[in-house]
Amino acid sequence: MITLDRRPETSHIWLYATPLLAVFLTVLCGAILFAFLGFDPADALHAYFILPLADQYGLGELTVKATPLAMIAVGLALGFRANVWNIGAEGQLTLGAIFGGGLALAFYGQEGPLLLPAMLIGGMVGGALWAAIPAFLRTRFNANEILVSLMLTYVAGLLLSYLVTGPWKDPMGFGFPQTRLFGEGAILPILLDGTRMHIGFPLALVAVAAAWFIVSRSLFGFQIKVVGLTPPAAGYAGFSGRRIIWATLMIGGALAGLAGAIEVSGPIGQLTPSISPGYGFTAIIVAFLGRLHPVGILLAALLMALSYIGGETAQIELGLPVAVTGVFQGMLLFFLLASDVLVHFRVRFRLRGAGRAA
Amino acid sequence: MQSDASSTPPAPPSAIRGAQATPRLRLRDVTKHFPGCLANDRVSLDLQPGEIHALLGENGAGKSTLVKILYGVQSADSGTIEWEGRPVDIPNPGTARALGIGMVFQHFSLFETLSVADNVALALGSGTGRDASLIQEISRLSEEYGLALDPGRIVHELSVGERQRVEIVRCLMQNPSLIVMDEPTSVLTPHEVTRLFSVLRRLRDEGRTILYISHKLQEIRDLCDRATILRGGKVVASCDPRVETPKSLAALMIGRSFDGPKSDKPVSTGAGVPLLEVHGLSQEAASPFGTSLKNVSLHVRAGEVLGIAGVAGNGQNTLLAALSGESVSPRDDWIKFEGKSIGRVGARGRRDMGITFVPEERLGHGSVPDLSLDENALLSGWRRWGLVRRGLISRGKAREKAETVIEAFNVVSAGSSAAARSLSGGNLQKFIIGREILQEPKLLIAAQPTWGVDAGSAAAIQTALMELARSGAGVIVVSQDLDELFMISDRVAVIFDGHLSESRPTHATTAEEVGLLMGGLFEAAS
Repeated sequence: MITLDRRPETSHIWLYATPLLAVFLTVLCGAILFAFLGFDPADALHAYFILPLADQYGLGELTVKATPLAMIAVGLALGFRANVWNIGAEGQLTLGAIFGGGLALAFYGQEGPLLLPAMLIGGMVGGALWAAIPAFLRTRFNANEILVSLMLTYVAGLLLSYLVTGPWKDPMGFGFPQTRLFGEGAILPILLDGTRMHIGFPLALVAVAAAWFIVSRSLFGFQIKVVGLTPPAAGYAGFSGRRIIWATLMIGGALAGLAGAIEVSGPIGQLTPSISPGYGFTAIIVAFLGRLHPVGILLAALLMALSYIGGETAQIELGLPVAVTGVFQGMLLFFLLASDVLVHFRVRFRLRGAGRAA
Repeated sequence: MQSDASSTPPAPPSAIRGAQATPRLRLRDVTKHFPGCLANDRVSLDLQPGEIHALLGENGAGKSTLVKILYGVQSADSGTIEWEGRPVDIPNPGTARALGIGMVFQHFSLFETLSVADNVALALGSGTGRDASLIQEISRLSEEYGLALDPGRIVHELSVGERQRVEIVRCLMQNPSLIVMDEPTSVLTPHEVTRLFSVLRRLRDEGRTILYISHKLQEIRDLCDRATILRGGKVVASCDPRVETPKSLAALMIGRSFDGPKSDKPVSTGAGVPLLEVHGLSQEAASPFGTSLKNVSLHVRAGEVLGIAGVAGNGQNTLLAALSGESVSPRDDWIKFEGKSIGRVGARGRRDMGITFVPEERLGHGSVPDLSLDENALLSGWRRWGLVRRGLISRGKAREKAETVIEAFNVVSAGSSAAARSLSGGNLQKFIIGREILQEPKLLIAAQPTWGVDAGSAAAIQTALMELARSGAGVIVVSQDLDELFMISDRVAVIFDGHLSESRPTHATTAEEVGLLMGGLFEAAS
């Protein structure tokens, strides 16, 4: 018989060991999966996890994908710590792209040194405004922010589609639903020649460091923690739950919007109907995989980025179906949630019926 | 291992009367281990037919574990249980009920949206609350034992005392020969307690056995024929409580001589300007099931303790939230502190003025269970202790403050980095009280400061509250424990259904008078 005994205190060892355990189990099951698909597991894992990192270009790609994931996830994690469930980062990212991209189009041909900073700030404003809608409805009418933020994602997607097929469509674009390519001065500088690594990556690192500082040192971080763990104790201490809802949603929205502006001014260089392969949703997995801790999130973002490019590499090298990426991400989340039980419970095996009163 | 439980119907009480020689229930060397603690250590206990047997002990002494083993909720690691002289195995509560063991829980286990009869039917496991025979049986039992009950009423309309009657009737329906009562008086008014005791004495006189669990010493002396005292999981003594004094019982229970709180505090003169004045406060309850306040007035002067008595659920929570600022009042001038209107000032602002607060719920309101004591010191003390500069926390200072509290109030913990959850109830309460007192408040509001706290910690807490008042601060204590209120407060008022009575000096009133007020008889008491 297996019994689960609740631990008196959460286990700190398992808190950090379970993500590693989840990664290990994912790789193990991935190997089994590859074997069943008729591939040599060693080759397939090599193609998936090692090959993408073998050259400078691959490493650059890793940072390109990890940038939006880490940036969005650290913002979401602040909210998640306070039980504010912003599921609509994808929509906030889209609005950030629209605001940033809109500036790039408005100043097309007359770019100055201030345009790029203005685009990034515009992106943050756009994302924050989009997140202000669930914040307002939650604090004013107690509307569930999960539903509101999620549904606004689809509104944002339709808004973007309207813009790129209507008023902002490239007049020379042969009718394709996209804007013109941004001018040279509206494109983020590349940091490393021969890669696509751009200035967004150091910005993501700054966001991670700032979030770490907030979480570990500031009163604001402490308030977030108390509101999330024990709302009545927050009321007792005089911390305003309302303010925390507003602040975390605005920060999360601003970071997602910044990621959106960076995507369109970096790797993409124009507005199209699909500017993100679901970064806003994957960032939710990243946040939890990183234990809502900024440093953990950075590592998790790199891992998730690897799963994106690993899937592509494996498809090119071995002809593995691209759906493997989704399977890997899903397994990772599954194993992480399942092994979470070890953080709060002690598992004990014993013989059935033993230990009963004689 | 013998399991003849299900085949043995409960013998009618009359048949057992003559068999005084065999105990009804005999426990021998029952041991139960939990990770990190030995809850029951070779406990042996004999319960005779026709006795009220007290099981006395501090919180954490192992009373609950023993009862759970008896009732089949948990199984012992070793030891034997004999029922009517035969060894039995009690793997689940169903078996316990079939043997004839009934249980009345401390926290009622009733379905609030169902009728009294439905609740009884559910426990019996057959029929519905609309069966005429069942309704008749409930009426007959409640009449016979003087437990007035209407089988058709919905439970959520019932008072706490009435709910307990439902539990007792439900238990009696199964004609038990052993009834276990877990702290049954903790929620009752003195009148209700008196009525409960006469019911229990009748049940005893019919030959039933009652195992009465409590840590209220006076009650046990009034009611019980024998007492077994547990300490640290072991039986430390067995005695006749009627020939013991409360002091000697307490000494057995906590294992050292027991002084009780020091009460050489001079009676407050009643002079001076009121520190806190509440005038005509009416306030909606925060939750739909709470009790709203109706035209409440009170005042507290510096240097005195005002006690507020009342049965739980009569508006205490709304009053406490209104006083602490966790829910602000509709009008600013309904509450005045040092002459200034503060009704619309929130919890943080009131704390800054020098009002600190000890909530009833210590885990999850007064503290964050998963955070360390350092961070829980920060929780309420960050402004008065200056633990935050320009938005940044000074961890070192927070730890220093937490350690000061731990030392000054003898909090037993694994250091200031231990999670609040890991402390025992009494120690966490000492930490919270200490944290609020060391912030040097002008007014301290404490809700149920010693509820569920062991006797040693309770005395320390009561002494600390009285000392705080003597040092010149005002103190408001909201409590259900009349002994406590009479011991520490200068004046006492009673809250009932959202109304607050006039306060009376403690030396000029009696427990009976306050008891009448607690039952809502404001006119009868005046």
